[in-house]
Amino acid sequence: MSKLGNKPLRLLLQAINYTVFMAIVWYFATSPSIRIIAEDEAMITIAFSHAGQLREPCRRLTQEELNELPPNMRKLDDCPRERSPVAIEATLDDKPFYSAVLPPPGLFGDGGVDVFHKVKIPAGEHLLRLKMNDSVRIEGFNHQLERRVKIDPAQILLVSFEPDQGFVLRGGRM
Amino acid sequence: MIVNPVKRAYLALESWFNLSFGPEWNPLYHLGTLSFFLFWVILVSGIYLFIPFHGSVEGAYASVEYMTHEQWYVAGVMRSLHRYASDAVVVTVLLHMFKEFASDRYRGFRWFSWVTGVPNLWMIVTLGITGYWLVWDELAQYIAIGSAQLMDALPIFSGAMTRNFVSGGMTDRFFILIEFLHLLGQPLLLVFMLWLHVKRLSNVNINPPRGLAMGTLLALLALALYQPALSHAPANLNAVPRELHIDWFYLNVYPLLEVWPAQQVWILTTGVTVLLMILPWLPPKKDGSKAVVDLDHRNGCGICFEDCPFDAISVQARTDGARYEQEVVVNPDLCAACGICAGSCPASNPFRSAREELKTGIDMPQLSVDEMRHLTRETIAAMQGDVRILVFGCEHGLDVERLDRDDTRGLKLICSGMLPPTLVEYALKQGADGVMVTGCRDNDCYYRFGNRWIRERFAGERKPKLRARAERERIRIHGAAQTDLRDVETDLAEFRQHLQAVNEAAASAEAG
Repeated sequence: MSKLGNKPLRLLLQAINYTVFMAIVWYFATSPSIRIIAEDEAMITIAFSHAGQLREPCRRLTQEELNELPPNMRKLDDCPRERSPVAIEATLDDKPFYSAVLPPPGLFGDGGVDVFHKVKIPAGEHLLRLKMNDSVRIEGFNHQLERRVKIDPAQILLVSFEPDQGFVLRGGRM
Repeated sequence: MIVNPVKRAYLALESWFNLSFGPEWNPLYHLGTLSFFLFWVILVSGIYLFIPFHGSVEGAYASVEYMTHEQWYVAGVMRSLHRYASDAVVVTVLLHMFKEFASDRYRGFRWFSWVTGVPNLWMIVTLGITGYWLVWDELAQYIAIGSAQLMDALPIFSGAMTRNFVSGGMTDRFFILIEFLHLLGQPLLLVFMLWLHVKRLSNVNINPPRGLAMGTLLALLALALYQPALSHAPANLNAVPRELHIDWFYLNVYPLLEVWPAQQVWILTTGVTVLLMILPWLPPKKDGSKAVVDLDHRNGCGICFEDCPFDAISVQARTDGARYEQEVVVNPDLCAACGICAGSCPASNPFRSAREELKTGIDMPQLSVDEMRHLTRETIAAMQGDVRILVFGCEHGLDVERLDRDDTRGLKLICSGMLPPTLVEYALKQGADGVMVTGCRDNDCYYRFGNRWIRERFAGERKPKLRARAERERIRIHGAAQTDLRDVETDLAEFRQHLQAVNEAAASAEAG
């Protein structure tokens, strides 16, 4: 038993202890709050998956070479697996905010790259420029987009890439 | 004796709770069972919430809002209980870790419980994270993206997961996967890990005292009614949440992702985990010599098997051809070297073989029962005064040698539970006017059950019992931590006065 013989006093102390415990639980369950983005900020998110082009083009095998192969392995084209790295540059109002050269993943360097990058920007109207090179056999950038965009506070402008459409923007106003 | 500041702080907190709740209900003595109780609250409230919950991207938020606002009187309260009990369990688990660390109960033979306990904290936290995810509000969106960033930083995911959480990326299939993890996968894994955590203990109790459980439940209920758990605005993958009221018990890592790359967050969390896991060897602690069985003096009664707090003793068929059916075997890897088994052995009777070495069935090489008898006899012989008191203590509670004076002597055992009740009688026969047994504070034995077994043995509730003819008015138990010298001195002075009166009564009865 407690050294405190007085039962009401002991119950009062217990009530104080439970209150302190619950106050700690309640406070840290919701506080202090965190601010993710300022009132006048928005966000650009670049997110897509893309496989670079093959490093070397497929080569048509000669008849002699085909004859040397077992019948079940005779393919007309010999295609090396390794893919090109993907180089990306992004600027906003001519200021770069993302620049990366992403090597193809995988043991044989034949995988597609996954791009995910987010950056906070001031809300409002901006000039967005996106450039990408996905082939070592091409000089400079073979995919480009230049667009004036207007982004509201807290809005996300999503940049993705579709092989048949190039860069695609979602969110914001163009 | 110098008590390190961490332990001193812990003992002060323990004293405060002893004052408020008494040793029977002291929450610090029931942190493990209190955590189990909170899990029950989480489980029951969770099962209730599962019924109206809609497990889809579109339906989840609306169903949680319905529970919170439309059916606030049951589902809303259940939701709040679910959340606050989950938060409270983090507090009890952290306190549990702090207590074991401050009391040096994480090294040596306890390494296994500590090492299997650390991942439980991780599991509880990840279980909470998937729970927050299911609300699918702005907070869920924030932790979903943060979790995906963390996953993508691992080589196995190659950066593809985060794209699930851009506009149009979140699917019901992924949501149901999270639901499955939260409702079944993670809880089952946690139950397995909790079983592993207590595997090396015997007499495991998972229920706190009823009064403490009721008090905790009432407190949670009061909080649930006063501050119901609420959601943020619904998740919107086209926008960034501006301000979030995050649950710091579970989500404390996520704000770091705003300032550090995910790899750095992994390095920090993994580093802290590894540090906690190797703590029992920083520095390592050497246990004492393990208990030794002497089959020539055993009859196979199995009391030591019942009393061992760490499941280190097992019973098997007799191997020496003696007429008894069973014998006990000590597993040295599990033995804590506490000596409780020596105290429980009926053969540890100092009145046996008085002129030769006292052999018992199970004994401690570093402090044998024969040596305890010898020390008892010598110590009493060296005492002077009208009222001579012998104080038995242990290595982890109050240092009883600090009580030494002409008429009072302390005798330190490994654990008070290794004291055979007959040795107390023996001390009185040898001329001690009184015997006090200290050990650790009540209900907080370093070896789990030492002082509890002593109380039960002295009360005649547990074998080997203190015999009826022992003069109980000359025996006192006062559990005491290292910092409780003043308390024990006060009680000792009162005990001395009491013994004086007993002596005078006995003298007048003899004269009359």
